[in-house]
Amino acid sequence: MKGFQNALGALADPKELTGALDLKNLPTDWLVDKYRDMMTIRRAEEAVAGLVRSGEAKAPCHLGIGQEAVAVGVSAHLNAGDKVYSGHRGHSHYLALHAPLDGMMAEVLGKATGASGGMGGSMHLFAPEVGFHGSVPIVGATIPIAVGAGLACKMDGKGQVAVAYFGDGACEEGVVHESLNLARVLDLPVLFVCENNLYSSHLDIHLRQPSNSVARFAEAHRVDHRVIDGNDVVAVSEAAADLIANARAGKGPGFIEAVTFRWLGHVGPNEDIDVGVRRSPGELTAWKRRDPVRRLTDALSASRGVGQDRFAGIDAEIVRAVDEAVAFARASAYPEDRVLLDYVYAGGAA
Amino acid sequence: MSAVSYADAIRHGFEYAMERDPKCFAIGQGLWSPWYVGNSMRDLDRRFGKERVIDTPVSELATTGAAVGAALNGYHPIVVHPRMDFMILAADQIVNQAAKWRHMLGGKVSPTIAIRGIVNRGGEQGAQHSQALHSWYAHVPGLRVLMPATAADARDMLIAAAQSPDPVMYIDDRWCYELAEELAPAADIDVAAIRPMVRREGGDVTIAAASYSVTLALKAADLLAGDGIEAEVVDIRQVNPLDPTLVLESAARTGRFVAVDGGWSTCGLAAELLALVAEGVAPSRLKAPLARVTLPAAPAPTSKPLEAAYYPTAETVRQRVLKLFG
Repeated sequence: MKGFQNALGALADPKELTGALDLKNLPTDWLVDKYRDMMTIRRAEEAVAGLVRSGEAKAPCHLGIGQEAVAVGVSAHLNAGDKVYSGHRGHSHYLALHAPLDGMMAEVLGKATGASGGMGGSMHLFAPEVGFHGSVPIVGATIPIAVGAGLACKMDGKGQVAVAYFGDGACEEGVVHESLNLARVLDLPVLFVCENNLYSSHLDIHLRQPSNSVARFAEAHRVDHRVIDGNDVVAVSEAAADLIANARAGKGPGFIEAVTFRWLGHVGPNEDIDVGVRRSPGELTAWKRRDPVRRLTDALSASRGVGQDRFAGIDAEIVRAVDEAVAFARASAYPEDRVLLDYVYAGGAA
Repeated sequence: MSAVSYADAIRHGFEYAMERDPKCFAIGQGLWSPWYVGNSMRDLDRRFGKERVIDTPVSELATTGAAVGAALNGYHPIVVHPRMDFMILAADQIVNQAAKWRHMLGGKVSPTIAIRGIVNRGGEQGAQHSQALHSWYAHVPGLRVLMPATAADARDMLIAAAQSPDPVMYIDDRWCYELAEELAPAADIDVAAIRPMVRREGGDVTIAAASYSVTLALKAADLLAGDGIEAEVVDIRQVNPLDPTLVLESAARTGRFVAVDGGWSTCGLAAELLALVAEGVAPSRLKAPLARVTLPAAPAPTSKPLEAAYYPTAETVRQRVLKLFG
């Protein structure tokens, strides 16, 4: 197309923004907790990748390794009364709220002990007790649902907010615009979080949109927005803190465009460097240098003196917990045949 | 007590449901200027306030999705689509979301949404203002589809839809709006208890229909009485999930079965009714082939003479029934 606008500049250039994070004046323990949350997501998704490779999980699994900072930075400002909705790449959004690991692994394997009773799989997670109210793979579908959850929050009058996570591909769905407009017109407490990883399933954003920044859609609907480095958990947290506080205070919706990159293919456990027009080993290698986890640990080591042994200890705990969750999932039973009809209507089968 | 019209009865349903349940609200296009929808929404915004009767931007999909979202968070929204044709723009939220979330999430959520779609035929409105698409939605497990044929059902099914633990599509037909009858006091209604019922008894032929087609069937039954034929008219009422008991019992008893539907034939409600009878009534009980009266397989026309040719009348139904008697 003619006249493509590189509105993101350095944010979309993997040679930039690869160094240690600026930790501002955030407490060390808080930051170490963010390391723990990001590594939990990463190790859990690595385990899911293993289940797909081994053939134990057949359902589509869309992994977000490399994108962990977005969900962790946003979730730092959410509580159990808030209402989070996600799409097909939703493991990080679920886990960042500290939803149960074993429920996720069991759901990935379609077991009755899963987060959705084994009826949904990886693409349909559910943990309302921590604020995770559902995810679906129809692109953009949970965005208006989150707007409705925001309407419920407003009617409830308890200062809760709704969150819609989606990707840059979803911004090509008309419902994004309807939803931004409706949330603005009704002044609803909704945070729209776009993880702009610069790719839809296989096409990079240059081939799909005339600009690589999707915040222009928020601008068009007069929704307060921030365009940030999505691999910087501190930057995500700062933007989320502002916009969530505004939403809780009745000022209406906000929009975060968090620029990031997924290390694996659209679906499944492989890097898929041959899928798509631009994705290449060089691009992937470059983006891995903007690793959100390493940039945090580098900063914590350099400016706060946190030793590698502390990170290693946390990582070992996480790996153990993930292994236990996988064992739990493997040992769990599949749903009984009767639920095939029992869950269709409230009273069971019609 | 005086007779209440179907259109007013719908409004009474809204009033009852919203009085009864502070979590019930209405949302959709035209609700602050409800000439769109006859008298069926008049002054609801004044009575309940614009926070609970929400007029929206021209966004069927996001509006319906927002209602699903509110429903998943403890509310009972009633979304109004003044023309069913435009409701197609919201199909993802109806078919992929509302109808499936309970099942997909292991029975842990109740999408308590009512979706009101209005059929708005005739009046030279043409192909995109006239469709009766109930059969599309009746195809989807998890979605209840209600089609009131009388003023009493117009009110009571609206209440049932608003109180339902399952997503409900409530479809009213403007050709029914002048129907009137005296109504008993409104009460809570269990949607699962809404089943087919006999609107007229007869022993010679069963005519099954829903919504405005029941009016046609009853008028045809009057004409047929003059021909010496007593027709039984079964009102289907809840077209999904469809309880076949009464249809099968009646068809087995009369031995002749005609389905009348305001939609098209292919994979439609009339086809479903015929299939139920074909599966559920022994051939030895049937005295004539099964028959149906539906729309021609064409979009709705605009000009008057074509409209007259397009829509079945009571006489169309009568003639189809007479053929069964050779």
